Amino acid sequence: MSRDMSYAAVMARKNEIMKASLGIDFSAYEQSPVRFDYEKMMRDTGFTLEELVRIQRETKVGDTPLFELRNLTEAVRKISAPGKGATILLKDEAANASGSFKARRAAISCYEAKRRGFAGVATATSGNYGAAVASQAAQRGLKCIVLQEVYDSRGVGQPEIVEKGRKCEAFGAEVHKLTVGPELFYVMLTTLEETGFFNASLYTPFAIRGIETLGTEIAAQVRARYNRDPDAVIVTHAGGGNLTGTARGLLTAGAAKTRVIACSVDLSGLHMASDRDFNRKSFTTGHTGFGVPFATWPDRTDVPRNAARSMRYMDEYRLVMQGEVFYITELLAKLEGIERGPAGNTSLTAAVAIAREMDRDKIVVVQETEYTGAGKHHNSQLAFARSMGIEVRRGDPRENVPGKNIVIPERLDQVAGHDQPLDKLRVSYLKNAAKILPAASWSPEDKAFLAADVKKDSAWLDSVLPQLKA
Amino acid sequence: MNKIPAETWVEIEQVILTPAQRAPSVPDDTRATPYVRRISGFLAAPAEVGAEATIRTLIGRTLTGTLRTVNPSYSHSFGETVPELLRIGLGGQA
Repeated sequence: MSRDMSYAAVMARKNEIMKASLGIDFSAYEQSPVRFDYEKMMRDTGFTLEELVRIQRETKVGDTPLFELRNLTEAVRKISAPGKGATILLKDEAANASGSFKARRAAISCYEAKRRGFAGVATATSGNYGAAVASQAAQRGLKCIVLQEVYDSRGVGQPEIVEKGRKCEAFGAEVHKLTVGPELFYVMLTTLEETGFFNASLYTPFAIRGIETLGTEIAAQVRARYNRDPDAVIVTHAGGGNLTGTARGLLTAGAAKTRVIACSVDLSGLHMASDRDFNRKSFTTGHTGFGVPFATWPDRTDVPRNAARSMRYMDEYRLVMQGEVFYITELLAKLEGIERGPAGNTSLTAAVAIAREMDRDKIVVVQETEYTGAGKHHNSQLAFARSMGIEVRRGDPRENVPGKNIVIPERLDQVAGHDQPLDKLRVSYLKNAAKILPAASWSPEDKAFLAADVKKDSAWLDSVLPQLKA
Repeated sequence: MNKIPAETWVEIEQVILTPAQRAPSVPDDTRATPYVRRISGFLAAPAEVGAEATIRTLIGRTLTGTLRTVNPSYSHSFGETVPELLRIGLGGQA
Protein backbone atom coordinates (compact mmCIF):
# COMPACT_ATOMS: atom_id res chain seq x y z
CA MET A 1 0.00 0.00 0.00
CA SER A 2 1.45 3.38 -0.93
CA ARG A 3 1.82 5.92 1.81
CA ASP A 4 -0.38 9.01 2.03
CA MET A 5 1.86 11.92 1.02
CA SER A 6 -0.62 14.73 1.76
CA TYR A 7 0.58 17.55 3.99
CA ALA A 8 -1.54 16.46 6.96
CA ALA A 9 -0.62 12.76 6.67
CA VAL A 10 3.14 13.37 6.45
CA MET A 11 3.05 15.81 9.38
CA ALA A 12 1.20 13.19 11.41
CA ARG A 13 4.11 10.76 10.80
CA LYS A 14 6.75 13.27 11.85
CA ASN A 15 7.75 11.63 15.13
CA GLU A 16 8.42 8.21 13.59
CA ILE A 17 10.29 9.79 10.66
CA MET A 18 12.48 11.85 12.97
CA LYS A 19 13.20 8.91 15.25
CA ALA A 20 14.39 6.80 12.32
CA SER A 21 16.48 9.63 10.86
CA LEU A 22 18.24 10.59 14.08
CA GLY A 23 18.51 7.41 16.08
CA ILE A 24 17.41 9.38 19.15
CA ASP A 25 14.32 8.37 21.07
CA PHE A 26 13.31 11.78 22.40
CA SER A 27 10.47 10.25 24.40
CA ALA A 28 13.09 8.78 26.76
CA TYR A 29 13.81 12.31 28.03
CA GLU A 30 10.24 13.48 28.49
CA GLN A 31 9.26 14.00 32.13
CA SER A 32 5.96 15.90 31.78
CA PRO A 33 4.25 17.77 28.93
CA VAL A 34 6.39 20.85 29.73
CA ARG A 35 9.56 19.27 31.13
CA PHE A 36 12.34 17.04 29.83
CA ASP A 37 15.83 16.02 30.96
CA TYR A 38 17.86 18.47 28.88
CA GLU A 39 21.25 17.76 30.44
CA LYS A 40 20.86 13.99 30.05
CA MET A 41 19.94 14.46 26.39
CA MET A 42 23.13 16.50 25.91
CA ARG A 43 25.28 14.04 27.89
CA ASP A 44 23.98 11.06 25.94
CA THR A 45 25.72 12.35 22.82
CA GLY A 46 28.69 10.70 24.52
CA PHE A 47 31.44 13.06 23.30
CA THR A 48 34.05 14.58 25.60
CA LEU A 49 35.33 18.05 24.77
CA GLU A 50 38.61 16.52 23.60
CA GLU A 51 36.73 14.22 21.22
CA LEU A 52 34.75 17.13 19.78
CA VAL A 53 38.01 18.99 19.13
CA ARG A 54 39.65 15.94 17.52
CA ILE A 55 36.67 15.27 15.22
CA GLN A 56 36.57 18.91 14.12
CA ARG A 57 40.33 19.07 13.44
CA GLU A 58 39.97 16.08 11.09
CA THR A 59 37.73 18.14 8.80
CA LYS A 60 39.26 21.64 8.92
CA VAL A 61 37.12 23.07 11.71
CA GLY A 62 38.07 25.13 14.76
CA ASP A 63 41.25 26.74 16.13
CA THR A 64 40.25 29.96 14.36
CA PRO A 65 42.09 33.24 15.02
CA LEU A 66 40.95 35.80 17.60
CA PHE A 67 41.73 39.32 16.37
CA GLU A 68 41.92 42.51 18.39
CA LEU A 69 40.14 45.23 16.39
CA ARG A 70 42.54 48.01 17.38
CA ASN A 71 41.34 50.72 15.04
CA LEU A 72 37.65 50.13 15.66
CA THR A 73 38.28 50.08 19.43
CA GLU A 74 40.11 53.42 19.12
CA ALA A 75 37.24 54.87 17.07
CA VAL A 76 34.76 53.79 19.76
CA ARG A 77 36.92 55.34 22.51
CA LYS A 78 36.91 58.66 20.66
CA ILE A 79 33.11 58.87 20.91
CA SER A 80 32.88 57.40 24.45
CA ALA A 81 32.81 59.16 27.82
CA PRO A 82 36.22 59.41 29.57
CA GLY A 83 37.41 56.00 30.78
CA LYS A 84 34.91 54.15 28.60
CA GLY A 85 35.43 52.03 25.49
CA ALA A 86 36.17 48.33 26.02
CA THR A 87 38.59 46.42 23.78
CA ILE A 88 36.72 44.67 20.94
CA LEU A 89 37.93 41.21 19.88
CA LEU A 90 36.68 39.26 16.87
CA LYS A 91 36.68 35.46 16.55
CA ASP A 92 37.31 34.83 12.85
CA GLU A 93 35.02 31.89 12.24
CA ALA A 94 35.13 32.53 8.49
CA ALA A 95 38.38 30.52 8.68
CA ASN A 96 36.42 27.26 9.13
CA ALA A 97 36.15 24.89 6.14
CA SER A 98 32.86 26.27 4.77
CA GLY A 99 33.39 29.88 5.81
CA SER A 100 31.31 30.11 8.98
CA PHE A 101 30.94 28.75 12.52
CA LYS A 102 28.22 26.42 11.21
CA ALA A 103 31.01 23.99 10.26
CA ARG A 104 31.31 23.23 13.99
CA ARG A 105 27.72 21.97 14.11
CA ALA A 106 27.93 20.11 10.83
CA ALA A 107 31.22 18.40 11.76
CA ILE A 108 29.71 16.50 14.66
CA SER A 109 26.45 15.71 12.83
CA CYS A 110 28.28 14.26 9.83
CA TYR A 111 30.71 12.32 12.02
CA GLU A 112 27.76 10.80 13.87
CA ALA A 113 25.91 10.00 10.62
CA LYS A 114 28.98 8.20 9.28
CA ARG A 115 29.56 6.33 12.55
CA ARG A 116 25.97 5.10 12.53
CA GLY A 117 26.25 3.87 8.95
CA PHE A 118 23.91 6.31 7.20
CA ALA A 119 24.55 6.69 3.44
CA GLY A 120 23.84 10.40 3.49
CA VAL A 121 22.66 13.46 5.39
CA ALA A 122 19.83 15.90 4.74
CA THR A 123 19.22 19.34 6.15
CA ALA A 124 16.66 22.11 5.68
CA THR A 125 18.28 25.53 5.83
CA SER A 126 18.74 28.62 3.70
CA GLY A 127 21.73 29.62 5.78
CA ASN A 128 25.44 28.89 6.03
CA TYR A 129 24.60 25.59 7.67
CA GLY A 130 23.72 24.03 4.30
CA ALA A 131 27.19 24.75 2.94
CA ALA A 132 28.67 23.52 6.22
CA VAL A 133 26.86 20.17 6.02
CA ALA A 134 27.75 19.84 2.33
CA SER A 135 31.42 20.54 3.08
CA GLN A 136 31.57 18.12 6.01
CA ALA A 137 29.62 15.43 4.11
CA ALA A 138 32.07 15.71 1.21
CA GLN A 139 34.98 15.12 3.60
CA ARG A 140 33.27 12.15 5.30
CA GLY A 141 32.19 10.49 2.04
CA LEU A 142 28.48 11.02 2.70
CA LYS A 143 25.81 12.00 0.19
CA CYS A 144 24.14 15.32 0.99
CA ILE A 145 20.77 16.96 0.32
CA VAL A 146 20.13 20.60 1.25
CA LEU A 147 16.62 22.07 1.18
CA GLN A 148 16.51 25.85 0.83
CA GLU A 149 13.79 28.46 0.82
CA VAL A 150 15.15 30.55 -2.06
CA TYR A 151 12.47 32.13 -4.24
CA ASP A 152 9.33 34.18 -3.99
CA SER A 153 6.46 33.13 -6.28
CA ARG A 154 7.91 35.20 -9.14
CA GLY A 155 11.11 33.17 -8.98
CA VAL A 156 13.12 36.05 -7.55
CA GLY A 157 15.81 34.79 -5.19
CA GLN A 158 17.51 36.64 -2.34
CA PRO A 159 21.10 37.05 -3.64
CA GLU A 160 22.55 35.84 -0.35
CA ILE A 161 20.54 32.62 -0.41
CA VAL A 162 21.33 32.06 -4.10
CA GLU A 163 25.02 32.27 -3.16
CA LYS A 164 24.59 29.76 -0.36
CA GLY A 165 22.89 27.37 -2.80
CA ARG A 166 25.80 27.73 -5.19
CA LYS A 167 28.23 26.85 -2.43
CA CYS A 168 26.27 23.71 -1.51
CA GLU A 169 26.39 22.52 -5.13
CA ALA A 170 30.09 23.37 -5.25
CA PHE A 171 30.60 20.77 -2.50
CA GLY A 172 28.59 18.18 -4.46
CA ALA A 173 25.24 18.41 -2.67
CA GLU A 174 21.80 17.95 -4.23
CA VAL A 175 20.12 21.32 -3.61
CA HIS A 176 16.34 21.70 -3.52
CA LYS A 177 15.42 25.31 -4.25
CA LEU A 178 11.97 26.02 -2.86
CA THR A 179 9.52 28.90 -2.85
CA VAL A 180 8.46 30.68 0.35
CA GLY A 181 6.57 28.73 2.97
CA PRO A 182 6.68 26.75 6.20
CA GLU A 183 6.15 23.58 4.14
CA LEU A 184 9.95 23.29 3.98
CA PHE A 185 9.55 20.99 6.98
CA TYR A 186 7.04 18.84 5.05
CA VAL A 187 9.56 18.45 2.21
CA MET A 188 12.26 17.60 4.75
CA LEU A 189 10.12 14.80 6.17
CA THR A 190 9.30 13.37 2.73
CA THR A 191 13.00 13.56 1.79
CA LEU A 192 14.06 11.71 4.93
CA GLU A 193 11.40 9.08 4.27
CA GLU A 194 12.45 8.60 0.65
CA THR A 195 16.20 8.47 1.26
CA GLY A 196 16.66 7.05 4.75
CA PHE A 197 19.33 9.73 5.27
CA PHE A 198 20.44 11.12 8.63
CA ASN A 199 18.59 14.26 9.74
CA ALA A 200 21.46 16.73 10.09
CA SER A 201 19.15 19.18 11.82
CA LEU A 202 20.56 22.40 13.20
CA TYR A 203 18.96 21.58 16.53
CA THR A 204 20.14 18.10 17.50
CA PRO A 205 22.29 17.58 20.60
CA PHE A 206 25.19 16.67 18.23
CA ALA A 207 24.96 19.99 16.39
CA ILE A 208 24.79 22.07 19.56
CA ARG A 209 27.61 20.21 21.28
CA GLY A 210 29.75 20.97 18.22
CA ILE A 211 29.50 24.70 19.01
CA GLU A 212 30.80 24.24 22.55
CA THR A 213 34.35 24.27 21.20
CA LEU A 214 33.76 27.87 20.08
CA GLY A 215 33.14 28.89 23.69
CA THR A 216 36.12 26.97 25.07
CA GLU A 217 38.44 28.39 22.39
CA ILE A 218 37.35 31.96 23.16
CA ALA A 219 38.01 31.47 26.89
CA ALA A 220 41.43 29.92 26.25
CA GLN A 221 42.52 32.53 23.70
CA VAL A 222 41.44 35.53 25.80
CA ARG A 223 43.11 34.08 28.91
CA ALA A 224 46.35 33.35 27.07
CA ARG A 225 46.63 36.87 25.68
CA TYR A 226 45.01 39.07 28.34
CA ASN A 227 45.30 36.94 31.48
CA ARG A 228 41.60 37.21 32.23
CA ASP A 229 38.17 36.07 31.11
CA PRO A 230 36.16 38.06 28.57
CA ASP A 231 33.66 40.40 30.23
CA ALA A 232 31.06 39.95 27.51
CA VAL A 233 30.61 37.65 24.53
CA ILE A 234 28.18 38.90 21.90
CA VAL A 235 26.37 36.33 19.79
CA THR A 236 24.26 36.88 16.69
CA HIS A 237 21.01 35.17 17.57
CA ALA A 238 18.47 33.42 15.35
CA GLY A 239 17.55 29.81 16.10
CA GLY A 240 19.50 29.85 19.37
CA GLY A 241 22.17 27.24 18.66
CA ASN A 242 25.06 29.66 18.35
CA LEU A 243 24.28 31.23 21.71
CA THR A 244 23.52 27.94 23.47
CA GLY A 245 26.65 26.14 22.30
CA THR A 246 28.98 29.07 22.86
CA ALA A 247 27.61 29.71 26.36
CA ARG A 248 27.89 26.03 27.27
CA GLY A 249 31.50 26.08 26.09
CA LEU A 250 32.28 29.16 28.18
CA LEU A 251 30.79 27.42 31.22
CA THR A 252 32.79 24.25 30.50
CA ALA A 253 35.91 26.44 30.46
CA GLY A 254 34.91 27.97 33.79
CA ALA A 255 34.17 31.45 32.42
CA ALA A 256 31.03 31.68 34.52
CA LYS A 257 31.13 35.46 34.98
CA THR A 258 31.27 36.28 31.27
CA ARG A 259 28.03 37.95 30.18
CA VAL A 260 26.43 36.29 27.17
CA ILE A 261 24.66 38.90 25.07
CA ALA A 262 22.37 38.01 22.16
CA CYS A 263 22.01 40.32 19.20
CA SER A 264 19.55 40.27 16.29
CA VAL A 265 18.62 42.58 13.46
CA ASP A 266 15.25 44.16 14.25
CA LEU A 267 12.84 43.12 11.49
CA SER A 268 9.66 43.62 13.49
CA GLY A 269 6.64 44.11 11.27
CA LEU A 270 7.71 41.72 8.51
CA HIS A 271 6.00 38.32 8.27
CA MET A 272 8.54 35.52 7.81
CA ALA A 273 6.23 33.24 5.79
CA SER A 274 4.92 36.01 3.56
CA ASP A 275 5.61 35.72 -0.18
CA ARG A 276 5.64 39.54 -0.40
CA ASP A 277 7.78 40.28 2.67
CA PHE A 278 10.33 37.54 1.85
CA ASN A 279 12.42 39.74 -0.44
CA ARG A 280 11.81 42.99 1.42
CA LYS A 281 14.29 42.10 4.15
CA SER A 282 18.04 42.28 3.63
CA PHE A 283 19.02 39.76 6.30
CA THR A 284 18.23 36.11 5.79
CA THR A 285 19.05 35.13 9.37
CA GLY A 286 20.27 36.64 12.63
CA HIS A 287 17.05 38.64 12.79
CA THR A 288 14.09 38.94 15.14
CA GLY A 289 11.88 36.89 12.80
CA PHE A 290 13.77 33.85 14.10
CA GLY A 291 15.39 35.22 17.25
CA VAL A 292 12.23 36.10 19.15
CA PRO A 293 10.03 33.06 18.36
CA PHE A 294 12.91 30.63 18.99
CA ALA A 295 13.75 32.31 22.30
CA THR A 296 10.15 32.26 23.48
CA TRP A 297 9.56 28.67 22.34
CA PRO A 298 12.56 26.60 21.20
CA ASP A 299 10.55 23.44 20.47
CA ARG A 300 9.29 24.62 17.08
CA THR A 301 11.89 22.90 14.91
CA ASP A 302 12.52 19.74 12.92
CA VAL A 303 13.36 17.78 16.10
CA PRO A 304 10.91 17.03 18.91
CA ARG A 305 13.13 18.61 21.55
CA ASN A 306 15.44 21.44 20.57
CA ALA A 307 18.95 21.25 22.02
CA ALA A 308 19.32 24.99 21.32
CA ARG A 309 17.70 26.69 24.32
CA SER A 310 18.96 30.24 24.15
CA MET A 311 17.03 31.71 27.09
CA ARG A 312 18.79 29.26 29.43
CA TYR A 313 22.04 31.09 28.76
CA MET A 314 21.13 34.63 27.68
CA ASP A 315 22.01 37.55 29.98
CA GLU A 316 20.95 40.39 27.68
CA TYR A 317 19.41 40.86 24.20
CA ARG A 318 20.29 43.76 21.94
CA LEU A 319 18.59 44.63 18.67
CA VAL A 320 20.22 46.56 15.84
CA MET A 321 18.81 48.02 12.64
CA GLN A 322 19.74 46.83 9.13
CA GLY A 323 21.33 50.19 8.26
CA GLU A 324 23.54 50.05 11.36
CA VAL A 325 24.93 46.64 10.36
CA PHE A 326 25.70 47.79 6.81
CA TYR A 327 27.55 50.82 8.20
CA ILE A 328 29.67 48.67 10.54
CA THR A 329 30.34 46.15 7.76
CA GLU A 330 31.80 48.93 5.62
CA LEU A 331 33.76 50.30 8.57
CA LEU A 332 35.27 46.86 9.28
CA ALA A 333 36.70 46.86 5.77
CA LYS A 334 37.97 50.43 5.87
CA LEU A 335 39.40 50.44 9.42
CA GLU A 336 40.40 46.82 9.98
CA GLY A 337 41.23 45.67 6.47
CA ILE A 338 38.97 42.61 6.43
CA GLU A 339 35.74 41.96 4.55
CA ARG A 340 33.26 39.69 6.30
CA GLY A 341 29.60 38.74 5.84
CA PRO A 342 26.44 39.92 7.56
CA ALA A 343 25.97 37.37 10.38
CA GLY A 344 29.03 38.21 12.47
CA ASN A 345 28.73 41.88 11.65
CA THR A 346 25.34 41.90 13.38
CA SER A 347 26.97 41.15 16.73
CA LEU A 348 29.88 43.44 15.85
CA THR A 349 27.35 46.27 15.52
CA ALA A 350 26.00 45.56 18.99
CA ALA A 351 29.58 45.29 20.27
CA VAL A 352 30.30 48.87 19.20
CA ALA A 353 27.34 50.13 21.22
CA ILE A 354 28.11 47.89 24.21
CA ALA A 355 31.87 48.60 24.28
CA ARG A 356 31.05 52.30 24.40
CA GLU A 357 29.17 51.79 27.67
CA MET A 358 31.88 49.62 29.27
CA ASP A 359 35.11 50.63 30.99
CA ARG A 360 38.29 50.71 28.91
CA ASP A 361 39.90 47.81 30.74
CA LYS A 362 37.02 45.46 29.83
CA ILE A 363 36.96 43.01 26.95
CA VAL A 364 34.07 42.24 24.62
CA VAL A 365 34.26 39.37 22.15
CA VAL A 366 32.33 39.21 18.88
CA GLN A 367 32.22 35.46 18.60
CA GLU A 368 31.84 34.87 14.85
CA THR A 369 32.48 36.10 11.36
CA GLU A 370 31.31 34.58 8.09
CA TYR A 371 32.68 34.72 4.55
CA THR A 372 31.41 37.33 2.13
CA GLY A 373 31.42 37.69 -1.65
CA ALA A 374 28.99 37.94 -4.56
CA GLY A 375 25.43 37.80 -3.25
CA LYS A 376 26.45 38.02 0.42
CA HIS A 377 28.29 41.33 0.20
CA HIS A 378 26.53 44.31 1.77
CA ASN A 379 26.68 46.21 -1.52
CA SER A 380 24.88 43.30 -3.15
CA GLN A 381 22.24 43.28 -0.37
CA LEU A 382 21.64 47.02 -0.59
CA ALA A 383 21.48 47.06 -4.39
CA PHE A 384 18.91 44.24 -4.23
CA ALA A 385 16.89 46.07 -1.57
CA ARG A 386 16.81 49.17 -3.75
CA SER A 387 15.64 47.10 -6.73
CA MET A 388 12.79 45.78 -4.54
CA GLY A 389 11.62 49.34 -3.88
CA ILE A 390 13.26 49.77 -0.46
CA GLU A 391 14.51 53.32 0.16
CA VAL A 392 18.25 53.41 0.96
CA ARG A 393 19.74 56.60 2.45
CA ARG A 394 22.14 57.99 5.05
CA GLY A 395 20.66 59.44 8.22
CA ASP A 396 19.58 58.64 11.75
CA PRO A 397 19.29 54.85 12.09
CA ARG A 398 16.34 55.30 14.42
CA GLU A 399 14.36 56.15 11.29
CA ASN A 400 14.80 52.58 9.95
CA VAL A 401 11.47 50.90 9.14
CA PRO A 402 11.96 47.22 8.15
CA GLY A 403 10.55 46.49 4.69
CA LYS A 404 10.25 50.20 3.86
CA ASN A 405 13.68 51.78 4.17
CA ILE A 406 17.29 51.21 5.21
CA VAL A 407 18.85 54.22 6.92
CA ILE A 408 22.65 53.99 7.12
CA PRO A 409 24.15 56.02 9.99
CA GLU A 410 26.16 59.14 9.16
CA ARG A 411 28.47 58.76 12.15
CA LEU A 412 29.67 56.02 14.51
CA ASP A 413 28.01 57.68 17.52
CA GLN A 414 24.61 57.01 15.91
CA VAL A 415 25.19 53.23 16.15
CA ALA A 416 23.32 52.47 19.34
CA GLY A 417 21.01 49.54 18.83
CA HIS A 418 18.25 49.10 21.38
CA ASP A 419 17.40 46.74 24.21
CA GLN A 420 14.95 43.85 23.94
CA PRO A 421 13.69 43.40 27.53
CA LEU A 422 14.32 39.78 28.53
CA ASP A 423 11.58 39.47 31.16
CA LYS A 424 8.97 40.13 28.48
CA LEU A 425 10.38 37.22 26.44
CA ARG A 426 10.52 35.02 29.54
CA VAL A 427 6.84 35.61 30.23
CA SER A 428 6.06 34.85 26.56
CA TYR A 429 7.93 31.56 26.96
CA LEU A 430 5.83 30.69 30.02
CA LYS A 431 2.64 31.59 28.16
CA ASN A 432 3.67 29.19 25.40
CA ALA A 433 4.30 26.47 27.99
CA ALA A 434 0.87 27.15 29.50
CA LYS A 435 -0.70 26.43 26.10
CA ILE A 436 0.66 22.89 26.41
CA LEU A 437 -0.12 22.40 30.11
CA PRO A 438 -2.09 25.01 32.08
CA ALA A 439 0.06 26.77 34.67
CA ALA A 440 -2.25 25.60 37.47
CA SER A 441 -1.15 22.02 36.68
CA TRP A 442 2.62 22.69 36.80
CA SER A 443 4.37 20.61 39.47
CA PRO A 444 7.25 22.05 41.53
CA GLU A 445 9.63 20.12 39.23
CA ASP A 446 7.92 21.58 36.14
CA LYS A 447 8.34 25.08 37.57
CA ALA A 448 12.00 24.49 38.35
CA PHE A 449 12.63 23.31 34.77
CA LEU A 450 10.68 26.15 33.14
CA ALA A 451 12.44 28.73 35.33
CA ALA A 452 15.87 27.26 34.50
CA ASP A 453 14.92 27.25 30.82
CA VAL A 454 14.76 31.08 31.01
CA LYS A 455 17.73 31.48 33.43
CA LYS A 456 15.56 32.21 36.47
CA ASP A 457 14.44 30.40 39.63
CA SER A 458 11.10 29.10 40.85
CA ALA A 459 10.54 32.14 43.11
CA TRP A 460 10.75 34.42 40.06
CA LEU A 461 8.38 32.15 38.16
CA ASP A 462 5.85 32.31 41.01
CA SER A 463 6.13 36.10 41.01
CA VAL A 464 5.16 36.39 37.33
CA LEU A 465 2.40 33.77 37.33
CA PRO A 466 -0.32 36.46 37.59
CA GLN A 467 0.92 37.90 34.27
CA LEU A 468 0.17 34.63 32.48
CA LYS A 469 -3.54 35.20 32.90
CA ALA A 470 -3.27 38.58 31.18
CA MET B 1 10.94 19.53 -31.84
CA ASN B 2 14.11 20.64 -30.11
CA LYS B 3 15.18 17.91 -27.75
CA ILE B 4 17.93 18.62 -25.28
CA PRO B 5 20.53 15.81 -25.36
CA ALA B 6 20.88 13.37 -22.49
CA GLU B 7 23.59 14.17 -19.90
CA THR B 8 23.07 17.94 -20.34
CA TRP B 9 23.12 19.87 -17.03
CA VAL B 10 19.54 21.11 -16.53
CA GLU B 11 17.06 22.34 -13.93
CA ILE B 12 13.62 20.83 -13.42
CA GLU B 13 10.65 22.25 -11.56
CA GLN B 14 8.05 20.40 -9.50
CA VAL B 15 4.81 21.68 -8.00
CA ILE B 16 4.88 20.04 -4.58
CA LEU B 17 1.65 21.51 -3.22
CA THR B 18 -1.08 23.35 -5.13
CA PRO B 19 -2.58 26.44 -3.43
CA ALA B 20 -5.40 24.25 -2.09
CA GLN B 21 -2.96 21.71 -0.59
CA ARG B 22 -0.79 24.22 1.30
CA ALA B 23 -0.26 24.26 5.07
CA PRO B 24 -3.07 25.78 7.13
CA SER B 25 -0.69 28.31 8.70
CA VAL B 26 0.52 30.15 5.58
CA PRO B 27 -0.46 33.81 5.15
CA ASP B 28 -2.95 34.70 2.40
CA ASP B 29 -0.44 36.14 -0.09
CA THR B 30 1.60 32.93 0.09
CA ARG B 31 -1.49 30.69 -0.08
CA ALA B 32 -2.40 32.20 -3.45
CA THR B 33 0.71 30.56 -4.94
CA PRO B 34 1.75 26.91 -5.39
CA TYR B 35 4.68 25.48 -3.40
CA VAL B 36 7.39 24.87 -5.99
CA ARG B 37 10.78 23.11 -5.99
CA ARG B 38 13.61 23.41 -8.50
CA ILE B 39 16.49 20.93 -8.66
CA SER B 40 19.44 20.65 -11.03
CA GLY B 41 20.97 17.49 -12.45
CA PHE B 42 22.10 15.63 -15.55
CA LEU B 43 19.29 14.90 -18.02
CA ALA B 44 18.65 11.14 -18.01
CA ALA B 45 17.09 11.00 -21.50
CA PRO B 46 16.55 13.60 -24.27
CA ALA B 47 13.65 15.95 -23.43
CA GLU B 48 12.17 19.27 -24.50
CA VAL B 49 12.06 22.43 -22.43
CA GLY B 50 8.61 22.65 -20.84
CA ALA B 51 8.03 18.89 -21.03
CA GLU B 52 8.43 16.21 -18.39
CA ALA B 53 12.04 15.20 -17.85
CA THR B 54 14.06 12.95 -15.58
CA ILE B 55 17.39 13.98 -14.08
CA ARG B 56 20.20 12.30 -12.16
CA THR B 57 21.32 14.61 -9.35
CA LEU B 58 24.85 15.25 -8.10
CA ILE B 59 24.40 12.44 -5.56
CA GLY B 60 22.98 10.04 -8.15
CA ARG B 61 19.28 10.19 -7.29
CA THR B 62 16.69 10.10 -10.09
CA LEU B 63 13.98 12.77 -10.02
CA THR B 64 11.26 13.84 -12.46
CA GLY B 65 9.73 17.24 -13.16
CA THR B 66 9.19 19.87 -15.84
CA LEU B 67 12.36 20.76 -17.73
CA ARG B 68 12.86 24.46 -17.06
CA THR B 69 16.42 25.58 -17.76
CA VAL B 70 19.32 24.24 -19.80
CA ASN B 71 22.76 24.76 -18.26
CA PRO B 72 21.39 26.65 -15.23
CA SER B 73 24.00 29.06 -13.91
CA TYR B 74 24.56 31.55 -11.13
CA SER B 75 24.61 35.23 -11.99
CA HIS B 76 24.43 36.81 -8.54
CA SER B 77 26.95 39.59 -8.18
CA PHE B 78 28.12 42.45 -5.97
CA GLY B 79 25.20 44.52 -7.26
CA GLU B 80 25.03 47.98 -8.73
CA THR B 81 27.06 50.67 -6.97
CA VAL B 82 25.47 51.90 -3.75
CA PRO B 83 26.78 55.47 -3.43
CA GLU B 84 25.69 55.66 0.23
CA LEU B 85 28.46 53.16 1.14
CA LEU B 86 31.34 54.80 -0.70
CA ARG B 87 32.29 57.53 1.77
CA ILE B 88 32.05 55.49 4.97
CA GLY B 89 35.35 55.22 6.85
CA LEU B 90 37.47 57.12 4.32
CA GLY B 91 40.80 58.25 5.74
CA GLY B 92 40.33 55.95 8.72
CA GLN B 93 37.57 58.18 10.11
CA ALA B 94 34.52 56.50 11.61
